[in-house]
Amino acid sequence: MSDRSDGPADADLPDDVDAPDPETLEPGADDSAVEEAAKRVPRGVPLRVEGLRKEFGGITAVDGATFSVEQGSLTGLIGPNGAGKSTTFNCITGVHEPTDGTVHFRGEDITGDRPHAIANRGLVRTFQIARELDEMTVLENMMLAPGGQRGESITRSVLPGLRSDVVGQETELREDAWETLEFFEIDHLAEEYAGNLSGGQRKLLELARALMTEPDMMLLDEPFAGVNPTLEEKLLDRIHALREQEDLTFLLVEHDMDLIMENCEHVIVMHQGRVLDEGTPEKIKANEEVIEAYLGGEV
Amino acid sequence: MSAVDDARGVLERVFAPDAVKVFAMFAGIWLLFYWFGDQLGYTNPFILSLVRRVTFLSAVYALAVLALNIQWGYAGLFNIGVAGFMAVGAYSVAMLSGSPSGTPPGLGLPLPLGILGGVLAATAIGLVAALPALRLKADYLAIVTVAISEIIRITFNSPAFADVTGGASGFDNLPVDPVRTLLLTEPGSIISEPTALGQPIFAFAAEHGIQRLTVVNTIYTLGTLVVLLGVYLLLERTGKSPFGRVLKAIREDETAARSLGKDTQNFKVRAFALGCGLMGLAGIIWYAMGPRASVVPVNFRPELTFYIFIALIIGGSGSNTGSILGGALFASLLFEAPPRVATIIGNRYEIAADPANLVQALAPIVDGELMPLAGFLLNNIDTLRFIGMGVLLILLVQRRPEGLLGARKETAAAVSLAEDTRTGTAPERTTAAADGGETDE
Repeated sequence: MSDRSDGPADADLPDDVDAPDPETLEPGADDSAVEEAAKRVPRGVPLRVEGLRKEFGGITAVDGATFSVEQGSLTGLIGPNGAGKSTTFNCITGVHEPTDGTVHFRGEDITGDRPHAIANRGLVRTFQIARELDEMTVLENMMLAPGGQRGESITRSVLPGLRSDVVGQETELREDAWETLEFFEIDHLAEEYAGNLSGGQRKLLELARALMTEPDMMLLDEPFAGVNPTLEEKLLDRIHALREQEDLTFLLVEHDMDLIMENCEHVIVMHQGRVLDEGTPEKIKANEEVIEAYLGGEV
Repeated sequence: MSAVDDARGVLERVFAPDAVKVFAMFAGIWLLFYWFGDQLGYTNPFILSLVRRVTFLSAVYALAVLALNIQWGYAGLFNIGVAGFMAVGAYSVAMLSGSPSGTPPGLGLPLPLGILGGVLAATAIGLVAALPALRLKADYLAIVTVAISEIIRITFNSPAFADVTGGASGFDNLPVDPVRTLLLTEPGSIISEPTALGQPIFAFAAEHGIQRLTVVNTIYTLGTLVVLLGVYLLLERTGKSPFGRVLKAIREDETAARSLGKDTQNFKVRAFALGCGLMGLAGIIWYAMGPRASVVPVNFRPELTFYIFIALIIGGSGSNTGSILGGALFASLLFEAPPRVATIIGNRYEIAADPANLVQALAPIVDGELMPLAGFLLNNIDTLRFIGMGVLLILLVQRRPEGLLGARKETAAAVSLAEDTRTGTAPERTTAAADGGETDE
């Protein structure tokens, strides 16, 4: 451990909960800095967003949002249209560079990193409108995703001696892809072009594909929009299964309040670019301000 | 009924492999041009020459189209400066391997070094053009590539650099054709003493009344076909790999590829560089040596780029086999065939009428007189074929945007992605299918 103390934080944080993670600290940092870091990156909190601001010209889409997401949780991010949820997602995943504020993932500052770099750290997202790759088959879509593919080098793909290595890895990936497709019960569509899938199937494919990157945390942007109730049930079922089996953390943006309240243990409410309130669903339900903002004072 | 179905099934199985399609097409082209030659009353050596000519043009077009396919067909990179990169390849070889004593003087390097240098130069120019432009939206790449291609051509054309490039009259001092080096003791003179290798070949040809020049050009064309095969295999492997898969993903939706952790910028740069290098190679084989050797700026006008794009669209962008088919069909049927057909028709039906313009050709139709129109069409076939190309392009884009083979959707993986590749777990699938059915709208 000590030989890489000045390197970036590693994926497996020590189990000791109270101690600050030594790997996140600069060598020679004094005690107060250690405490500071420990406070900034509490154990078991993979994602921490602090003072996030994003301005587009004169419009402030996100205005100092601060929140964190706990390890293994299913956290809901809700708010009326224009509250800044999607912009927050885009700032976290590197699509936009934040005007101000920081994003920490597993103790590392990922603010302003490029999207692919963030995805490679294990923070993967899906999109509000599914971004399946239309003219590629479902299986191709799946096999695109995994990181560290040796055949992404031209030389390895082309040279006879090295090609066999690529073929070997491809065979394994294909196996994984079939398994994941079976898990989502869309394996019968494997040879279909993604563009021929129905709206709901595309959502399933996108989630399955994101899972192929072996992420630690997934940001789901309205995963249930346009999905029929049967399929919604199936998706939720899979999300819960992944949390239990793989200890995956989920942050999801969703408009269906009932769904959020039933399934998430932690809810963050955004309004006008700020975090209005956060806490358990019960706490949120009881907050007058939230009802005012989100439901326009009704209910 | 079933016999017909069976026969069709057999035919489909035979024609499924891409190699068969390509061979069938070349065989078809050769037969057609043999027939043209026969109709024109050519002797066999002349027919060989005609077939050789169309084969060479088909092969070099196919080479250039393949190179464009990795950029446009796979990665969706809109390079409309193909001619420029071909010019860089051809000029570099001429300058590197041309004789130092000729005008304009070359460096006199060995030809393989010159070819390597030409390919590398085209790659380097491609990178210079692409690195800033690939960061921006696709449209900017198009603008930058067409601009750089024109800058290259105009620079080579400019009198200011005529000492080095030969200016508008081109680079005359081309390196010696490698086939001549192989077959002749004095490569500069076609009538010089043959080498040990050349002896039996020329002797055999002489028996059949084939001239030495035809022999040299035919062997060069065969060599070109070998290079084409090599480039095809290279690109097949590049395409059917995780690398090719990322390129396709970039073409389909770059944001999605990025969100899955792919450094799309890096992939685009590599694909672009590879494509430009191969365009350089196509330019070298096409123009720097061989039967069409002429390194002149007018060869590299933007039309060349558009011909190559038309050929790619005909064959089906995204497919390497389609690229070869498209290149060859474009070069043979659209480019070389119309003038032959016109000559054949002209020979057979004595069409004396030669109207000076379209009005003079159309007006007599009122009197039931069709000959002037026929004469007009035949005399202007060289120009009219370009109208034909335009019409064909419109039809293709409207009716069959996926090209002849429709193989834009070939799967990109180093292994088969067919249903039967999965192991075990098959019995549970009926329920899955039933569930999936519900989700359809």
